[in-house]
Amino acid sequence: MSGSSMWEAVSGIIRRDLLLAMRRRSDAAMSVFFLVIVVSLFPLGVGPEPAVLRIIGPGVLWVAALLACLLSLGRVFTADYLDGVLEQMVLIPQPLALLVGGKVLAHWVISGFPIVLLSPLLGLQFGLSGESLGVLVMSLLLGTPTLSMIGAIGAALVLGVRGSGLLVALLVLPLYVPVLIFGAGAVTSSMAGIGGEANLSLLGACLVLSLFLAPWATAAALRIALE
Amino acid sequence: MSIGINWLKYSSPQAFYPLAGRLIPWFACAAVALMGVGLYMGFFVAPTDFQQGEAYRIIFVHVPAAWMSMFLYVVMAVWAGIGMGLNARLSFMMAQAIAPTGAMFTFLALLTGAMWGKPTWGAWWVWDARLTSELILLFQYAGVMLLRTSIDDVRRADRASAVFALVGVVNVPIIYFSVQWWNTLHQGASVSMATGSKMASTMLTAMLLMTVAFWLYSIAVILARVRCVMIERESLPVWNDDEKPAVIQEVVEAR
Amino acid sequence: MAVKSTHVPLGTLPFLPLFFHASFPYSRPSLCEESLLLQAVALRCSRGERRLFTDLNVKVERGSLLAVVGENGSGKTSLLRIFSSLLPPEQGSVLWGGQDIHQLKELYSGQLTYIGHLNGIKDDLTLLENLMSAMSLAGEPCSNNGAKEALEGIGLKRPIHHLPSKVLSQGQKRRVALARLWLSTRPLWLLDEPFTSLDTAATDVVTQRLLMHLQRGGLAVVVTHQEVALPAEVVQRLRLMG
Repeated sequence: MSGSSMWEAVSGIIRRDLLLAMRRRSDAAMSVFFLVIVVSLFPLGVGPEPAVLRIIGPGVLWVAALLACLLSLGRVFTADYLDGVLEQMVLIPQPLALLVGGKVLAHWVISGFPIVLLSPLLGLQFGLSGESLGVLVMSLLLGTPTLSMIGAIGAALVLGVRGSGLLVALLVLPLYVPVLIFGAGAVTSSMAGIGGEANLSLLGACLVLSLFLAPWATAAALRIALE
Repeated sequence: MSIGINWLKYSSPQAFYPLAGRLIPWFACAAVALMGVGLYMGFFVAPTDFQQGEAYRIIFVHVPAAWMSMFLYVVMAVWAGIGMGLNARLSFMMAQAIAPTGAMFTFLALLTGAMWGKPTWGAWWVWDARLTSELILLFQYAGVMLLRTSIDDVRRADRASAVFALVGVVNVPIIYFSVQWWNTLHQGASVSMATGSKMASTMLTAMLLMTVAFWLYSIAVILARVRCVMIERESLPVWNDDEKPAVIQEVVEAR
Repeated sequence: MAVKSTHVPLGTLPFLPLFFHASFPYSRPSLCEESLLLQAVALRCSRGERRLFTDLNVKVERGSLLAVVGENGSGKTSLLRIFSSLLPPEQGSVLWGGQDIHQLKELYSGQLTYIGHLNGIKDDLTLLENLMSAMSLAGEPCSNNGAKEALEGIGLKRPIHHLPSKVLSQGQKRRVALARLWLSTRPLWLLDEPFTSLDTAATDVVTQRLLMHLQRGGLAVVVTHQEVALPAEVVQRLRLMG
C-alpha cells in the first residue's frame, strides 16, 4: 500500500510535468536550439579545418551539452516555487527525495534526452566517425541525467535568490567537471582507438552515485528554500 | 586535561566569544614564531636542489598552503554538517568563518604554484592535475561564499551554504580523481609537482614547521572572524531578549 | 484499501496514515481519538530581524477551529507554516497527538490538508487537471467524477472544467484551490486566508464546508482577517499583536 501510493505520487508528478511540457513545447525546444547554435559557433571561431574540428569536437559537443543542461535548470523548480505547488510537494506524506527524483527524471526527458537524440547530427558536423558517434550518444545518455541530478541541487539552493540564474551556474559548473572529463574523454579515447569503455563505466558510476545522493541533497535544499 | 571543564558550555556563542578572544593572541604569536623559523630553515638552511636550483624553495609555502586549502574545506563541511544535524548556530558561524581563510590558502597555493611553474616548466600555468583540482576547489569556495552573500535571511544562508559545502566535499575527491585521470589521458602536458624521491631532512622539517604555522594562523584568523560574525549577528534585535507580550489569546466562550 | 485495525497510539507504526488515510477519520471516529489534538507549545518565531511572537501556547481539539487573526505582518502566515511543518519554529514545538511534528514527518503530512496563500494552480492545465494532480500529489488520488463534483461543490460549473486555468479570475482560481476541501479526508485543515478574492456566495459555501468538517470531528486552523461565520462554540480566536 505504502509502495503503491508512493509510486502514485511520483508517477503523478512525472505525468503532470510531461503534460505541462507538451503544453509549452517551445520551452523544451529552446535548450536544443541553444545547443545547435553554440556548437555551430565553434567552427566559425576556430576555422573550418577538419583536422582541428575533429580534435576539438568531443570537447565542444560536451561543453555545449553541459551549458544547455545548465540553462534549463531554472525550469526544474522555479515555476512550482512561484505558484505554490512546491509547498504542496514538501508536504506530501511520502519521502520528498523520491518525488524530487521523479521531477528530475521528467526534467531530463524534456531537456536532456533531446540533446542525446540530436548529438549524432552535431557530431557529424565535427567529422566524428561511426563508432565515435555511438560512444558520444552513449556518453551523453549516461552523463546528461547526472548533470540534471547535480543541477537540481543547485537549482533548489538558489530558489527565490536574487541573481539566481548566474549563481546556479557558479555553483553547479565546478561540480560538473568530472562528468565533462569522463564524457569528453570517452569520445576522445574512442577516436584514438583505445575504446571508451573505461570512461563510460566511470560515467555510469557517477550516474549511480548522483541518483543515490543528489535527491536527498535537493530535498534538503528545497525544505530550506521554503522556510 | 579536559577533566572538569564543561566543554559544552562553549557551544553557545555568548560563552565562546570571550574564550575565542583569549585564545587568539596565543595562536597568533605561535603562528608568527613558527612561520619565522620555518621560513628561515626553508630559505637559508635547506640545501639547494640540484635540479631546480633555488626556485624550488617556494614549496615551503606552496605545499603547506595546498594541504591547508583541502583540509580547511573538509573542516568547513564538518562544521556545516554538525550545524545541519544539531541545528547549532555556532557551527554555522564557524563554517562561515572558515571559508575565506580556506579560499585564501587555495589562492596562495595557485599563486605559488604558478610562481614555481614559470622557472621550472617555463609557463605560468600548466594543466597539472593538482593545480587544476586546486582551481576547482577555489571555485567551490567561491560558490559557498557567494551563495551565503546572495541570501539575505541568515538562517537560510547558513543552511543553504551548508548543503552546498557538504555536496562539495563529496565532490572534491571525485574531481581530484577525474582530473588525474584526464591528465594521464592527455599525455602531452605530463608534469608532476612531486619533488624528487629523496627529501633532505631539513626540507621536511621546514615544511612541517610551515604547516603547523599555517594551522595556528588559520585558527587565530578563524577565531577572530567568528567573533566578527557573532557581533554582526548579535546586533540584530532578535537577540535582545526584552520579551514583549506578543500574544493575546481570547477564547470565545460558548453562549 | 487495506485498513489495519489499530488502537496503537499514532506514530508507533511507521507508515500508519498510509494504511488508512482515505478512510480517516470519519469512517472510524473512535480511532486514535486522543491523537486528534494539535498543540503549540512555547512557540517563538522571528522573521528576519523582527520577533513576531514568543511563548505562544494554543490547543486545537477535535471539532474546533482556530481562527488566527491580526494585522498584516503580525506573523499569522508564519504561524500557519509552523503548524504545517514547512517552517521550523525558532523555539518551542508543535505537537500532534502529543508527538513533535518534526519527528512524525511524513506521518504528520498524511494528516493534513494545507492550502497556502498561493493557489498552486498551473495556468497551462485545465481546472480538472489542476485539481486531480493536486490530489494525487497529496496522496489522495480522486476520480474524474469526484473532481467534477468537488468543483461543482464550490460553484464552478461543468462547462468551464476543461478550460485552461489561465483564463480564470483570481476568485475562480482560489475556488479551484479550495475545491480540494471537498475531496480531502484528512483530519487537520490548515488554510491561509481562504476567503481572499471569494464572493459572498463562495465564502458561504466554504464556511458550510468547514462547519461540516468540524462536525465530523475534524480540526482546522484558519488564518483570516475577516470574521468566520461559524457558531462561536467551535471557534477559538487567536490574535497576534506582531
